[in-house]
Amino acid sequence: MLPRLLPLLALLVAAVPAAADGWRLSGSISGQANLYPSPPRYPGQVRNDASLAVEPELYREWNDGALSFTLVPFYRRDSAGGERTHGDIRELNVYARKGDWEGRVGIGKVFWGVTESNHLVDVVNQIDGVEDLDGEDKLGQPMLSLAASFDWGDVEYYLLPLFRERSWPGVPDRQRFALPVDNDLARYESDAGRHHVDHALRVSATFGELDLGLSVFVGTARMPRLVLTMNGSGEAVLAPFYEQSRRLGLDAQWIVEDWTWKLEAIRERRGGSWYSAAVGGFEYTFYDVAGSGWDLGSLLEYNYDSRGLNALTLLQDDVFAGLRLAFNDADSSEILAGLFHDLTLGSEMLRVEASTRIGEDLKLSIEAQGFARMDPRDLAYGLRDDDYLRLELGWYF
Amino acid sequence: MKRLPALLSGLLLALPLLALAVDADALRAGIEKQTDPDAKGLAIARAADAYDAGFGDIRADMEMILYDRKGRESRRQLRTRILEVQGDGDKSMSIFDAPRDVKGTAMLTWSHGVKPDDQWLYLPALKRVKRINSRNKSGPFMGSEFAYEDLGSQEVEKYHHRWLRDEPCGEGLQCWVLEQRPQYKYSGYTRRLVWIDKQHFRPMKVEFYDRKNSLLKTLTYHDYRRYEGHWWRPGRMEMVNHQNGKRTVLIWKNYRFHTGLRDSDFRKNRLKSLK
Repeated sequence: MLPRLLPLLALLVAAVPAAADGWRLSGSISGQANLYPSPPRYPGQVRNDASLAVEPELYREWNDGALSFTLVPFYRRDSAGGERTHGDIRELNVYARKGDWEGRVGIGKVFWGVTESNHLVDVVNQIDGVEDLDGEDKLGQPMLSLAASFDWGDVEYYLLPLFRERSWPGVPDRQRFALPVDNDLARYESDAGRHHVDHALRVSATFGELDLGLSVFVGTARMPRLVLTMNGSGEAVLAPFYEQSRRLGLDAQWIVEDWTWKLEAIRERRGGSWYSAAVGGFEYTFYDVAGSGWDLGSLLEYNYDSRGLNALTLLQDDVFAGLRLAFNDADSSEILAGLFHDLTLGSEMLRVEASTRIGEDLKLSIEAQGFARMDPRDLAYGLRDDDYLRLELGWYF
Repeated sequence: MKRLPALLSGLLLALPLLALAVDADALRAGIEKQTDPDAKGLAIARAADAYDAGFGDIRADMEMILYDRKGRESRRQLRTRILEVQGDGDKSMSIFDAPRDVKGTAMLTWSHGVKPDDQWLYLPALKRVKRINSRNKSGPFMGSEFAYEDLGSQEVEKYHHRWLRDEPCGEGLQCWVLEQRPQYKYSGYTRRLVWIDKQHFRPMKVEFYDRKNSLLKTLTYHDYRRYEGHWWRPGRMEMVNHQNGKRTVLIWKNYRFHTGLRDSDFRKNRLKSLK
């Protein structure tokens, strides 16, 4: 029901006159083309696809921001006709602040973490798995949050009453596993299913040039186990099985002269046993390279997961090396390139992102990703023919 | 009887003004007593700092217009909040409204003297608060001709000051000309020359000399206005880069002083609820 109403809602929000007293409307409309040099590997998959997305934001604040309302619907229509055509309420919440206390109720988005190649500690929001392979797009999460800020740091608590299932590419979509994931067959370890109430807590503090965060999460694991099964039509599919999780998280960033050191680590119990995972590394920037006015940042991070090849992640023993070139021009042009190398399997992923502003309100982004020496034991093996080039033009208002 | 409160508040308002007026004369006398150029330079910098002290907190809107060599324009708009901190550098929060693709991006800075500033950037698309390594501040701010170090809080300890000469500086004003050499690491300049108006301790012009000591940029201040009867702020600042032919104009609007901002408004968690 909701997905069908979303395009309508998005239009409705966009129709609210920007001039309406006190209400602020902004957002973006973007067109995207995904081009694949290789033909698809699995039956039913399209070769290329194009899509149009709208993400308006309606905002109003009272009392100098001590009380505010935010609505951010999102809708994408994709030519493949698969799961990439989807909608979501990214945000619909009321925020209130009194002194050093603040609270938010409704659908919201929270980010925790410091590293660039992996977001291990980030747990509150579910990944919107059809938007991008980087996992940085998130589904709106129903929440009741309470936060207090002190001279020494911050404490934030989230009560999460409703679970969001991860979205997956469908049969016609590229960038999927050999078998499609069927969300209709999702099962839960908890008898409460999607209605299991999750809790998340984070305490963070700054000690000079060290920023430290400790977090606890108790609830339904965001990343499911995928179980081979048959659907109603007798086709083999993957069914998500969402386990209960207890996890501790640590995130730290330490600036030492020109170096920025970063670490994220988790210890999680699911399916009756504990495991650990970590990502850590550094960032170092060369400023004004050869008098060009350009800044070149270099990144090196290592990803570890104690479950090894049984981990539900691509990044179980992977080195990430990245370069970020900022041109410091009026159009904020930037190029980011990153290489993931799996030390166990030897498989590699290369990702390049570039963006620049055109005029005042347009932004052009180009993204390319390639896979090399993929090993059948690598979780991304199914994507080995899905090297792609993405062109996106966004209009911001 | 009805007029009494108005009269009283008038008197109360006038009192600090008188005190400040006396202050300015004393400050000037203290400066002119100095004979050593270094001591005089430091006295001028301290006097300018003391004269501007007590602003408490400020809110203002800023528009930044970038002109390239061909005169092509590019605009940025941001709202800024500054908190005066006793015994350390000021704290500031800037929120971008334009270009639209970076709308909602916010930057929190706790500036310090010679020690590197603490700086966090908020990226609204990811809801991510990112600590920035702020050591190198010679880079351009948002592609403009202003470097981060030009826009940061100008603490006295950041420079070694030296008085060079007195000089007329337009509109019938007399200025002290000061040479300032950055004392913090990673500056893009060997030195700056600053023209400070003797009457109101306002910067009128700054020349920036690059690492090879050649003239790189000139910053001029225009349309000064006095707020709350004491604090002077420019309505326009113009930075011209002599080496690349580009320039950037800053237009300041809606200055408000003593708006009731507190230290807790400048904590990093606050970045997430600003719009």
